[in-house]
Amino acid sequence: MAELFSLSQAVARFVEDGDVVAMEGFTHLIPFAAGHEVIRQRRRDLTLVRMTPDILYDQLIGMGAARKLVFSWGGNPGVGSLHRMREAVERGWPVPLELDEHSHAAMANAYEAGAAGLPCAFFRGYRGTDLPRVNPNIKFVACPFTGEELAAIPSIRPDVAIIHAQKADREGNVLIEGIVGVQKEAVLAARRSIVTVEEIVDDLELKSPNAVVLPSWTVSAVVAAPGGARPSYAHGYYARDNAFYFAWDKISRDRNTFLEWMHANVTEARS
Amino acid sequence: MNYTTAEMMTVAAARALSNDDICFVGIGLPSAACNLARLTHAPEITLIYESGTIRTRPAVLPLSIGDGELCDTALATVSVPEMFRYWLQGGRITIGFLSGAQVDRFGNLNSTVIGDYHRPTVRLPGSGGATEIATSCGEIFIIMRQSKRSFVAELDFLTSLGHGRNGTERQASGVKTKGPTLLISDLCSMSSDPDTKEFVVHSLHPGVSREQVRENTGWEIRFAENVEETPPPNRMELEALRDLNARTAAAHGVTAAD
Repeated sequence: MAELFSLSQAVARFVEDGDVVAMEGFTHLIPFAAGHEVIRQRRRDLTLVRMTPDILYDQLIGMGAARKLVFSWGGNPGVGSLHRMREAVERGWPVPLELDEHSHAAMANAYEAGAAGLPCAFFRGYRGTDLPRVNPNIKFVACPFTGEELAAIPSIRPDVAIIHAQKADREGNVLIEGIVGVQKEAVLAARRSIVTVEEIVDDLELKSPNAVVLPSWTVSAVVAAPGGARPSYAHGYYARDNAFYFAWDKISRDRNTFLEWMHANVTEARS
Repeated sequence: MNYTTAEMMTVAAARALSNDDICFVGIGLPSAACNLARLTHAPEITLIYESGTIRTRPAVLPLSIGDGELCDTALATVSVPEMFRYWLQGGRITIGFLSGAQVDRFGNLNSTVIGDYHRPTVRLPGSGGATEIATSCGEIFIIMRQSKRSFVAELDFLTSLGHGRNGTERQASGVKTKGPTLLISDLCSMSSDPDTKEFVVHSLHPGVSREQVRENTGWEIRFAENVEETPPPNRMELEALRDLNARTAAAHGVTAAD
């Protein structure tokens, strides 16, 4: 059963140095508040997994929390590069960053395989491209029935998944709505999970019997964190702060401007 | 009406789409072209974004592939694994609309690195959905600004398969979809030669010379026997595009939109 925690307690208890951590959310519901708490608690040597590392992972990488990134698209969408990620890859600052790079189809399949308890995922992909030449985690196998050549990659089984959702009830059942991304798969694939939510309610008031719900016993910790996805958005609560995504380009371009911003807005700010 | 080369490119790309298309849309230039088509001559076109939004009708262009506008205006929103497995890999998309940092004569695309993979001079965002969009959609349209830096003889990295580095690899590796058939730039439109699979210029945008195209292409570009002039954007197209860009800029809280 999920237990209710404060954000600092949940991160202290469920995220350890050296963990494989997946913070998911596809543009939508990105768990910024929880990621910032991981930075405040100075976790190190993390393997960060995420299909679309954007500002939150740029911040974690720039603060030296990660030694490896598993990803399929790294950028500030519609704006440009992630300057902290690029500096880590191109110059090893503040620490070198190892890359385990995939395509979206590969990672989506790998999360699903992880949720299904399988060791690897098969799919029709990567044919004729260069990623298999540089990533030993991409292999090809023949279908045992038709002989068709399929791509295979290891499933994603994080030590801990961290997501943000709209609501949880007092038992810790979680409702996710809108662009649901790979969050359900990430939680089910992980050994431990932290779900921050906009609000904790008496009744989830499900509008459909097919709603995306994570039952309480699949989640380790539920944390009330209103606004916890900002500057990303929460469908039904608040819109994406696109102006901040533009502003981040300037803030993150220079090491010192970046560190000053992080100091003022994250490490010295209270959760 | 006066217009920019960027507007000509987006309008030319939009014209290539029809009401019957089920289109997998990349962010940026493809997204502008696909929505312009929907707002002008192809109101029934089905637009799908990899964030899981099916038949979406955004009033403003999304800044990111998973903006709320896409979900709010979609027929349905599915999970990302379902999108890539059932819809893309399942062969339910007729056209994939892509862009990249580099393209070669066979429509192979690079969006991963400039320079060596392990010691890149420029680290680009990477594949995202592009790698499997390129092989799973019925055919691929490409939209890119043309220059010697982006239209190259040899890619630094092959992220998304066109017809392969020699033009024959796609078929040889058993990929059954057509691959790149159309490339639209700010200078011209090219289509893939049915035999060699090489991109050949079939239409020059108004005021653009063959010399200009050659100067901005990193390989020996070929021209079709009959090269046409692209009809300039008409008033309806330009107004729809400018309205869309103005709404988008206002929604994103910025003053300029391209």
